[in-house]
Amino acid sequence: MPTLIDNTRKPDNRSAVSAAERAKGKGDAKGGLYKPRQPIYPKLVHGKWRMVKWALLIATLGVYYITPWIRWGRPEGFPQQAALVDFTGRRFYFFDIQLWPQEVYLFTGVLIAAALALFLTTALFGRLWCGYACPQTVWTDLYIVVERLFEGDRNARMRLDAAPWSFDKLWRKTGKHLVWLGIAFGTGGAWIFYFHDAPTLIRTFWTGEAPATAYVSCALLTATTYIFAGWMREQVCTYMCPWPRIQGAMLDQHSLQVTYLRERGEPRGAHKKGQSWEGRGDCIDCRQCVVVCPMGIDIRDGSQLECINCGLCVDACDDILGKLGRPTGLIAYDTDAAVAARTCGQKAVYKPVRSRTIYYAVALTIVGGLTLWSLVTRPKADLHVIRDRNPIFVRMHDGAVRDGYTLKITNRTFAERRFDVAFEGVAGARLSQPGQTGDKVTLMVPADQVISARVFVTAPAGADLPASVAGRFVAKSGDVTAESKTVFLSGAANPQ
Amino acid sequence: MADRKIDDATGVETTGHEWDGIRELDNPLPRWWLWIWYATIAFSIGYWVLMPAWPGLHGYTKGLLNKSDRAEVGQELKALDKQRGEGAAMLRTASLEQIEKDPKLLAYAQQVGQSVFGDNCATCHGIGGTGSKGYANLRDDVWLWGGKLEDIQYTITHGVRTGAEGARMSQMPAFGRDEMLQPKQIDDLTEYVVNLSHRPADAAAVARAAPLFEAQCSACHGPQGLGNQQLGAPNLTDADWLFGSDRASIRGQIYAGNGGVMPTWGGRLSPETIKALSVYIHSNAGGQ
Repeated sequence: MPTLIDNTRKPDNRSAVSAAERAKGKGDAKGGLYKPRQPIYPKLVHGKWRMVKWALLIATLGVYYITPWIRWGRPEGFPQQAALVDFTGRRFYFFDIQLWPQEVYLFTGVLIAAALALFLTTALFGRLWCGYACPQTVWTDLYIVVERLFEGDRNARMRLDAAPWSFDKLWRKTGKHLVWLGIAFGTGGAWIFYFHDAPTLIRTFWTGEAPATAYVSCALLTATTYIFAGWMREQVCTYMCPWPRIQGAMLDQHSLQVTYLRERGEPRGAHKKGQSWEGRGDCIDCRQCVVVCPMGIDIRDGSQLECINCGLCVDACDDILGKLGRPTGLIAYDTDAAVAARTCGQKAVYKPVRSRTIYYAVALTIVGGLTLWSLVTRPKADLHVIRDRNPIFVRMHDGAVRDGYTLKITNRTFAERRFDVAFEGVAGARLSQPGQTGDKVTLMVPADQVISARVFVTAPAGADLPASVAGRFVAKSGDVTAESKTVFLSGAANPQ
Repeated sequence: MADRKIDDATGVETTGHEWDGIRELDNPLPRWWLWIWYATIAFSIGYWVLMPAWPGLHGYTKGLLNKSDRAEVGQELKALDKQRGEGAAMLRTASLEQIEKDPKLLAYAQQVGQSVFGDNCATCHGIGGTGSKGYANLRDDVWLWGGKLEDIQYTITHGVRTGAEGARMSQMPAFGRDEMLQPKQIDDLTEYVVNLSHRPADAAAVARAAPLFEAQCSACHGPQGLGNQQLGAPNLTDADWLFGSDRASIRGQIYAGNGGVMPTWGGRLSPETIKALSVYIHSNAGGQ
């Protein structure tokens, strides 16, 4: 399979200048050691990928804003919020799932599975995450809608920015920034509802009774949203985000990415109505693909680090081609392999199933499966046993031997439970606890709590046990059983 | 001086550094990066003004916020004292039995008791409370002076053989040293005591010692040798021996009549602490 080498990026005719000259602001008009941002004015475009992006924007923002307001029935005394990260209570609630801090490994599983899903998606379809679902993309899209509302589309915005200050410019700019700040505040404000009871917090937030973390988090997210989506935009992707650097390792020549089909487009040039298409490419150099690009790049230069694969240039080009009466798809989601095959006159082959996608899919299935399995088979109660180490055993006056244990019983259910605790492994063993003694002891564990209790196990005199006996504690409460292995040391290794 | 070149593909000057054919482009930094640097400078100035920052010859600049880690630690210690006071109040009002029955109070008392035990009691009784020769084992079910909660509380408060008023008091005679009995008689009594604890002994000696035991020992240890907690006299028929179970140890005890001393803790530990300690020892020994 021939690989297409991208030589399309020609050196531009910028004259090379030394850093020192640039520092003095002489050689380069952009001036200085530090590069000012080149403003980008993406033009509104219509088309199927734009529609998908609108739909995803509404869906993702909807999930973000609505989720904390979903109520969920739990017993009295427990949060009634479906999704809640309760730091003070040290619990995480998500509908019927309720996690303890020690179960944070399940989050790890979910995060690893999410990363693998991202790898798989990237290997198959390129940077879909960047172009459609990343919060940076979604919020920037939303901010550009607001910008367009106040300042008009691309050309109007460019004119406005170039124009001197006037009342018109002032109210448009002020209005835009106020709405931006409003959205930013809404973003930070929604975030904190995930950590406290939302209906309570929305009241206490305004009365000043909310916890300081709520105000700080809200302010922080308001600031980052406003700065990232309003001011920094594509610079976040180009300079700050590590993902564009990493994703190169997932892509290969069979990954779909937004591609300009050079063999069809070139040689490009202006086209007059009625002119023949013979001997020339389909690209009429109208630059619509450039003006709609939120990253400010020219896709005709080939695949680039900046490209977020959003497909807006596809929509823009298809629109123009349709008006020209040419077949669409000059810029399309395509693979390097297919482009190379067509260039060599072969049939384009798409290979979604290949070694790397298989590896990612298998790893995703294993990690996702294990995480799901651990979540579903998670016991309702846990029993942990800590053996006394000093003394390791105690001899009674009649020769009986008593070992001490500290039992920790976790009750993950929403009801107080009474656990009958027995010890298996030593015949005739008696269990004791302050206030009770017998072949089992009873321990009450409050709902959603863990208790620690000292329990003694006494082997009767003359039991003639080996020095170390394998045994186990069994804690039973109705249909809930928890077990833990331990040993009983009889003192046979330390004769009197 | 590094050799500065123009990169063909981009037209950007290189820094002149080269690693295995890879050259570094001398691209300008984005402007906002510079702003962040200015922002950190502004922040540091604000920090100097508000927070303790500059050391001087006689102290340091305090800063407008007047923040002091030392003062904060002091406040935390005060809060801790207050919290301890609340715990102590709970222990003061509850009876020993109530403390042991309430899981929360029991856990609190055990925690307090454990640290106090480690500081004060472990020196003699061992960190696990198992004692050693001459120092009582507090983890088994043998109690010279009684193993009920109140008995333990009394022993800790008043001590043993301190000479103070209220202290547990008893004294085993030094039958050998004070020449109350002949060495031969002591040998016979040793065999008698070994026999009491269900071990093989010289039958003739046991028979000879029977009237001696009746006359000299039974007043405290009882005619069957079962002991008496009122007098701190140990049970001689069980497997527990404070001063050792072998013949030499038993003989030595009859000869010298050793008795250990335990300090009076009443004035040194608060009544609440002694309560917690009593509950800790009682619950750790399985209770009696």
